[in-house]
Amino acid sequence: MSATAVRERPTGPAARPPATTRASRPRISVRRHWRPFLLGAVVVLWLVLWAVLKGTQTLELGGAEKTDFHLWLNSVRDSFDAARSNSAVFEYVVQPLTDGLNGLVAFLQSLFSQPSALRPVPQVGWLGVVVLLAWLAFALAGVRSMLLVGACVLLFGFFGYWQQSIDTLVVTFVAVGLCAILGPPLGIWMARSRRVSAIISPVLDLMQTLPSFAYLAPLALVFGIGPAAAIVTTIIYSLPPLVRITEHGIRNVSPTTLEAVTSMGGTAWQTLTKVQLPMARRTIVVGINQCTMAALSMATIAALINGPGLGQPVLQSLQSLDVGSAFVSGLAIVLMAIMLDRTTTAASERSGIEARVARGTSAGGFRGPRARRVGVIAGAVIAAVAIYLSHNYLALAKFPASPDLGGPLGKAVSAATNWTVGTFSGFTGWLKDTITTLLVNPLESLLAQSPWWVMALVLLGIALALGGRRAAVAAAACEAVILGTGLWNESMKTLATTLVATLLVVVAAVVVGVWMGRSRLADAIIRPVLDAFQTIPSFVYLVPALALFGPTRFTAIVAALAYGVPIATKLVADGIRGVSPTTVEAAESMGTTGWQMVSKVQVPMSRAAVVLAANQGLLYVLSMVVVGGLVGGGGLGYLVVSGFSQGQLFGKGLAAGIAITALGIMLDRITQHAAARLGRA
Amino acid sequence: MTAPTLDPETSRRAARRADSIEPALKVEGLWKIFGAKADRIIGTPDEHLSRKELQSRTGCLAAVKDVSFEVAQGEVFVVMGLSGSGKSTLVRLLTRLIEPTAGTVRIDGEDVTQAGKAQLRALRRNHMAMVFQQFGLLPHRKVIDNVAYGLEVRGEPKAKRLARAQEMVDLVGLSGYEGSFPDQLSGGMQQRVGLARALAVDPQVLLFDEPFSALDPLIRRDMQNEVCRLHEEVGKTMVFITHDLQEALRLGDRILIMRDGEIVQIGTPAEVVANPADDYVRDFVSDVPRSHVLTLRYVVRPAHDGESLDGPVMQANQIVRDAARQVLASSLPVRVYDDDRFLGVVDDEDILRVVVAEEGA
Ligand SMILES: Nc1ncnc2c1ncn2[C@@H]1O[C@H](COP(=O)(O)OP(=O)(O)OP(=O)(O)O)[C@@H](O)[C@H]1O
Ligand SMILES: [Mg+2]
Repeated sequence: MSATAVRERPTGPAARPPATTRASRPRISVRRHWRPFLLGAVVVLWLVLWAVLKGTQTLELGGAEKTDFHLWLNSVRDSFDAARSNSAVFEYVVQPLTDGLNGLVAFLQSLFSQPSALRPVPQVGWLGVVVLLAWLAFALAGVRSMLLVGACVLLFGFFGYWQQSIDTLVVTFVAVGLCAILGPPLGIWMARSRRVSAIISPVLDLMQTLPSFAYLAPLALVFGIGPAAAIVTTIIYSLPPLVRITEHGIRNVSPTTLEAVTSMGGTAWQTLTKVQLPMARRTIVVGINQCTMAALSMATIAALINGPGLGQPVLQSLQSLDVGSAFVSGLAIVLMAIMLDRTTTAASERSGIEARVARGTSAGGFRGPRARRVGVIAGAVIAAVAIYLSHNYLALAKFPASPDLGGPLGKAVSAATNWTVGTFSGFTGWLKDTITTLLVNPLESLLAQSPWWVMALVLLGIALALGGRRAAVAAAACEAVILGTGLWNESMKTLATTLVATLLVVVAAVVVGVWMGRSRLADAIIRPVLDAFQTIPSFVYLVPALALFGPTRFTAIVAALAYGVPIATKLVADGIRGVSPTTVEAAESMGTTGWQMVSKVQVPMSRAAVVLAANQGLLYVLSMVVVGGLVGGGGLGYLVVSGFSQGQLFGKGLAAGIAITALGIMLDRITQHAAARLGRA
Repeated sequence: MTAPTLDPETSRRAARRADSIEPALKVEGLWKIFGAKADRIIGTPDEHLSRKELQSRTGCLAAVKDVSFEVAQGEVFVVMGLSGSGKSTLVRLLTRLIEPTAGTVRIDGEDVTQAGKAQLRALRRNHMAMVFQQFGLLPHRKVIDNVAYGLEVRGEPKAKRLARAQEMVDLVGLSGYEGSFPDQLSGGMQQRVGLARALAVDPQVLLFDEPFSALDPLIRRDMQNEVCRLHEEVGKTMVFITHDLQEALRLGDRILIMRDGEIVQIGTPAEVVANPADDYVRDFVSDVPRSHVLTLRYVVRPAHDGESLDGPVMQANQIVRDAARQVLASSLPVRVYDDDRFLGVVDDEDILRVVVAEEGA
């Protein structure tokens, strides 16, 4: 399954019918001719001003320098900490919530993964955990998932990350469990009332647009560093897809069926429980799949705020540039992603109506429901026995130290990396230097060395030219926020990196996407690869990039590229495929060549899809460029990360998070409006 | 407005079936106007505008316009008209799946339009049931559970509702398929499930919205026969929507013809064919083989002077086609009676005129 829906959003403005078409048509066409001129004028003026004023009024801020705003944020944190003991909100809302979540996680950890004061090993030993998880997979999804889960969980142990893996599972399960309690009711409510949907939708939009990095700090501030904050961030990140998909599933129940049911006098509750929910079950389970994948991704990132789990070793080895260990722990995360994805996908297929129909009619036999029920009960008994044994025998409780796969694998990877880097350093170095000197440096100089007011006007002009007036208004507001954070210069550096990475993403997406859109075979081969890439939690992308390019800005760009290309490529491919076959046929009948078809028909007709791909690519890239702060990406990401580790930089890190958010919203608004405009044209 | 006229044959039958004069369904001044401020139109001069004019002037669409009729107990009442004439809207107004803009609907004397939420639910659960063009079955439930759904929502115990559902499954000829899922059945079989589901709640009135339009012609014929048979067995009042004239003539005791939301004519099949109210209806019925529809009532004429009155006796409600052989075989004109009232005579020539006119058409 793909993680597509995690970030793809309905493009509101594009879907709206043009209400005032008749009256404003002529004016629009005049304006449309205006836009390229405006864009050209802005760029020319920018270059001239840059050449003249380069290096002045750039609002640069030294590494340890802090503005009043940053200091004020520091003091806010201090007063927050002080308020913890004597404020009603803290005492009766935040603290119980924090304690509840921390307590729940601690309880599950003492049960499955961590020793407690009374016992040197968790209550349930490794054998119990393996059998229990395998049994769960069997009950929810089937035999194949059971084997996959069993194998993966054993591998976590052999890699040497038993405890961290189970911690990650605990955090993910708790977050997904809470999402499963909150999400479907919210989605149902939205499906039943247009008004509620109109109110909640923008909030979900915001939750999905915000780079996850941006809200780590404020949440850590409220909930303290540790599992509670990790779970809350994870929920914020993974709840929206579940809510949206549930709403979609309920709304899509056939209206004829609903009408028939209403005509028989069912109450609203009967209709919901007997008709809508059963018919939307498959879709809702798909939502759970998306939610789980997002939760896993975020649960690893939450290592930054001391969330327990596999993110910790990845983070440590990234920071100490230990590629071997980073690779092994990263591999464990990837395996966990595959395991969770396959299992939840299989579960969603099982819950489809077709599958239920097939099961319902083949009553007897090995695969029939009765045989299954017997299997599930037998499995439960086996799991109970395994849990009992692992509780009582040390050998079954503490994961065996040998065979150790992690150590040798890490060494081998380190060696291989050294060899590769040694052998290809010429090439990788050349690539890095070329792109850095040809693209990154000039753009960064242009953006960060221009006086701030020039940049502000340039961005406004570009927003106006590409996205129209509303985009320009949004851009102005976001610029004001960035200025307020005192991190204008850093923001421009981050913007430069983001733009370069996005440019590369779009180029790659158009090339591959056009190919996929035109060839069914290419689509059939490439799509699964892209889907697989999308299930990998973002954190992991840093590992190979770091191995190949060392800690530089370019590393962040490469990781962002790997992260952003899959979604953008799929959007372009779908856009190309969506071009009406009649049009293609008509063009063909006029003797169009393959290249002409691409350049004159298919790409122009799917421009809106290309812009949408750029939009999604931008958001993905931005969040990754920020994570890249960990591996030498510099800019705002670095500030966020150091804000977590150094107390006196907290305010600056938080301000950087705000700046990232503003940057993200600005880029999102401009590209959304541009996509909507092109979609209408 | 065309007053609802009751054909003597039907009214007599209705009177036979129900001793009370209470009609099964009584509709008065029913309106549905779609659009903003739709309720401000009725009572103003705008209400007399044609559908097109109203739409261009106010943006509102009058889907059903001041419709009144009565359906007698046990009658099969067919509503027909071209696409967009408001049939589906009309039948949904009867159970308030669409809220009426004005007018009243009474089922067995109970006012549907005034009913509160709970009362409306009770009416829907017990008094009427509907069969839909697109079936509207629950794909995640077996046939038997689909049929039992109406009983389930009104809270009948499981054993009782399953027994009743099984009875209905047998009644519509689906024995052996009760454990199948809807997607495993053909369209015709699925609609039988829809039929069984509607019958299961033992409603006073059955509503059909083009139930057989999605089926191919042979199956459609089958299903029409099925409805005829069920009507004879269970004797329910039926309101049947169709755009197929053949279907209307086969099934209907009376037919209501709609155009642009308004009633054009109400009458028995023979009345409609013999005396079309206007060109719209005439156009509709022009292809109908008249001898299959007309009764002797529409062919009978007063005896000429000196014509023999010793021929065989026949009843006025005999269909011409069925009477033809006997009339042609007799050397004397046939005498036609309405019960014991003498109406006139019919001879070979009168019969041939109907049949030949048909071939000329
Ligand atoms: N919800 C609605 N909102 C606005 N107009 C509607 C709505 N439902 C129906 N109409 C309009 O009302 C008119 C009557 O529609 P209706 O569906 O009742 O026709 P019909 O006779 O059943 O046609 P068909 O044979 O195609 O089913 C049509 O012009 C239709 O466009
Ligand atoms: Mg209809």
